[in-house]
Amino acid sequence: MTLARHLGAALVIAVIVVLLSIQLSAYRDYQLAEVAAYLVAVAGLTVLIGLSGQISIGNGAFMAVGGYASALLLTHLGWNLVLILLASVVVAAAAGAIFGVAAARLRGPYLAGATLMLAVALPTVADQFQHQLGGDQGLSVAITPPGFLGGSFPPTRWQAWVTCAAALITLILLANLNRSRVGRSWRAVRDDEIAASLSGLNVARLKVLAFIISAACAGLGGALLAVVTGIVAPGAYTLTLSIALLTAAVLGGLGTLPGALWGSLVLVLVPTYLTNVGSSHGLSSAASSSVPIAAYGVILIVVMLVFPSGIQGGLRRLFGSATPMPPVLSRRRIPFTALRRPAPGRENQEEGPS
Amino acid sequence: MQEFLEFTLGGIATGMIYAAIALSLVLIWRGTRILNYSQGGMAMFTTYVAWLVIQHTGSYWAGFAVALAAGLVLGSVLEFAVVRPTENKAPLNAVIVTIGLLILLEGLAGIIYGGQYRSFPAAFSIKGLKAGSVGLGISPNDVFTAAAVLGAAVILALVFRYTSVGLRLRATAFAPAVARLLGVRIGRVLTLGWALAGLFGALAGVLVTSSTFLYPNSMDSIFVLGFTAAVIGGLDSPVGAVVGGIVLGVVLSYAGGYLGSNLVLVYGLAALVLVLMIRPTGLFSSGVTRRV
Amino acid sequence: MPDAAALTIEDLVAGYGQVTVLQEVTLAARPGTITAVLGANGAGKTTLLRTISGLVKPRAGRILVDGIDLARRRPEDITRAGVAHVPEGQGVVTELTIEENLRLGGLIRSGGAARSAALADAYQRFPLLAERKRRLAGTLSGGERQILVIARALMAAPRVLLLDEPSLGLAPRMVTQVMDLVRRLRDDAGLTVLLVEQNARSALAIADHGLVLNLGKVVAAADAATLSADVALRRHYLGF
Repeated sequence: MTLARHLGAALVIAVIVVLLSIQLSAYRDYQLAEVAAYLVAVAGLTVLIGLSGQISIGNGAFMAVGGYASALLLTHLGWNLVLILLASVVVAAAAGAIFGVAAARLRGPYLAGATLMLAVALPTVADQFQHQLGGDQGLSVAITPPGFLGGSFPPTRWQAWVTCAAALITLILLANLNRSRVGRSWRAVRDDEIAASLSGLNVARLKVLAFIISAACAGLGGALLAVVTGIVAPGAYTLTLSIALLTAAVLGGLGTLPGALWGSLVLVLVPTYLTNVGSSHGLSSAASSSVPIAAYGVILIVVMLVFPSGIQGGLRRLFGSATPMPPVLSRRRIPFTALRRPAPGRENQEEGPS
Repeated sequence: MQEFLEFTLGGIATGMIYAAIALSLVLIWRGTRILNYSQGGMAMFTTYVAWLVIQHTGSYWAGFAVALAAGLVLGSVLEFAVVRPTENKAPLNAVIVTIGLLILLEGLAGIIYGGQYRSFPAAFSIKGLKAGSVGLGISPNDVFTAAAVLGAAVILALVFRYTSVGLRLRATAFAPAVARLLGVRIGRVLTLGWALAGLFGALAGVLVTSSTFLYPNSMDSIFVLGFTAAVIGGLDSPVGAVVGGIVLGVVLSYAGGYLGSNLVLVYGLAALVLVLMIRPTGLFSSGVTRRV
Repeated sequence: MPDAAALTIEDLVAGYGQVTVLQEVTLAARPGTITAVLGANGAGKTTLLRTISGLVKPRAGRILVDGIDLARRRPEDITRAGVAHVPEGQGVVTELTIEENLRLGGLIRSGGAARSAALADAYQRFPLLAERKRRLAGTLSGGERQILVIARALMAAPRVLLLDEPSLGLAPRMVTQVMDLVRRLRDDAGLTVLLVEQNARSALAIADHGLVLNLGKVVAAADAATLSADVALRRHYLGF
């Protein structure tokens, strides 16, 4: 039974995380928490792209929704952490639903463009509502470890526990979803939308569902990141964040949950390293902080052109179970429709956006 | 009433910028069925090049010309080096590659020029024009902006209609396989399409940046609005792109003018979603049926 | 003597993906002749033309046009080498005018003078097209489109013309007209024509030679009269 196996594995990982977090320094605990927060968001995105075949360049915006929701709930209502996290999932999912219903009819370029616009437009909302959302300064999110752990318990260790627990739960849910009927239906839609709808699947609803789930994951990731960093501000939710999430999903291997972990690790560890490399080569601080941004671009291009199955694909090949390429990337784009044997009378029909 | 006039004229001037971006997107979409998400990044980058030239020579027009040339070169180089290899792969590859190009260009601009906001000169005065005592809400520079985009679009239309290069471009867009069988070297035509797109993007970049600032993300919002304009116009039609740009510019000018300008991007997003829900093929598409 | 052939195909093997369609097809067409390529649906006729024009990459074999091997070249280069392929299903660019369609065919001619002369030629030969040159090609009827695509192919001044089912979907009167046109192209312009047809009877009526394909293999190759007289062959493969 896979659920039991997943739960068992999660338990083992949880124990390891707890032991590890006690050994690690506060800074490493902080990084661990960051990785877990990103992992939640990246996992949702990789499921969206890899399984349902839709692409979003706007999941940073849903992170913002989750982050701001948690900050507002904490400041105004003083809810406890678990409730806040759940509520931010719900709020982000609702935002995803509103957007997803509009986006369900959209394919490739339209959907990606609309989500790109969402990522660019949403941070401007914080400017408009200075009082409620704190403008450029943002809102602070102060979470302290619960009293029973004792007053001297390191907050970073507590954050690592919370985020890792949330990440584990998310991954278990996503893994089960992947193996469920919904997951199979997504793959059917991804591989051949027309065939899927002919076989009775509600394509639009399945696509919206995938979009909502990815938005909910992004919302949770955003709320967790807010807890870890202690602040939500529009400057943190730029287009660059959305593309960073995409980079992590692509680099890890689209559609694979372990890949989301590899990608998130890179997302947390590599930028600091690259920024340091930049400044040690005499770049100004502004310039060296752009090095990781350029690196995302290089990663996206190189992975797509050279090893589209990403890190996870590479690992699988290394350990023998050959999965050549994420299925979402294995179909060929044939821009010249008529190069295929033409059906009489349809030879000049343009191929629709796909 | 005077406000309305100002908003309308101002909207048309801004709309021409969106039209230029929309045209650049349409030029590539028609030939390759790729939406070039890096168009804004390309325009930003060529505007930096213009800025650099203006710094060194002190001549706005030198910078202007170099930016357009840089757009041509950048477009063709990117097509050949990065986009061409995705030709036989899944559509998602091309999407992700152009997103990668966008962030790469933005990162490179940050590394080379730093992240600070820089002001970019205008070609002409930015003082408001008046008809008698009535302010028109636009400056001579706005007039130049609109005229430049319109002029470029007209030249493009003439090239499309009356030259053999234009015939190749159109044939490749409508029926690439037929064009190939008639000896048209598709690869070169596609590269040319990207080069022209780079040119229009560069034009939009230098024109718009005089009224904003120049920084690595400076074209993000312009790009998404240009994309919206292209969608309004149907993505396939150059005329639709220009009309879509003007319509969007005017609508957003009213919305910004009467409702407050902070949320212009949100209004733009609303417009995009609305158009996509009502007519996913755009308001001005020629009615060619798309496979759903 | 094979060197005298305008188009020579030797042991051509081609297919799509896992499927091999053409199995060692060989043929030789002398200049100024019509060779009818016949056979049932799925025999590989269209694939043969698509392989010659470069749309399908051959796996083995040679395709010689005037002694130069064109196998594995790109379609646009093969066209430039003098092979014009008129695909089945007509392939007019409906969004362009009739004149633009014709001009498109002549783009590989060098020099404006040659192109204008070719255009004038086409209008003289096909007055029907001249009358409507400013209209969109999409407004033409099926038969008129067939005339247009043939006229467009001629704009390139090809030496070898590959015609794929030119009579498909046309009214009988139009079929006769199109076949007459193909015959005249041979007689007047000295074109070498490879004519793929379902309609074996009308193809053999104008052809000099015939080639019968079955499941990708050449099962018969002879002059047209011999093929027409072979009752068993006709009954087996040609259906008349």
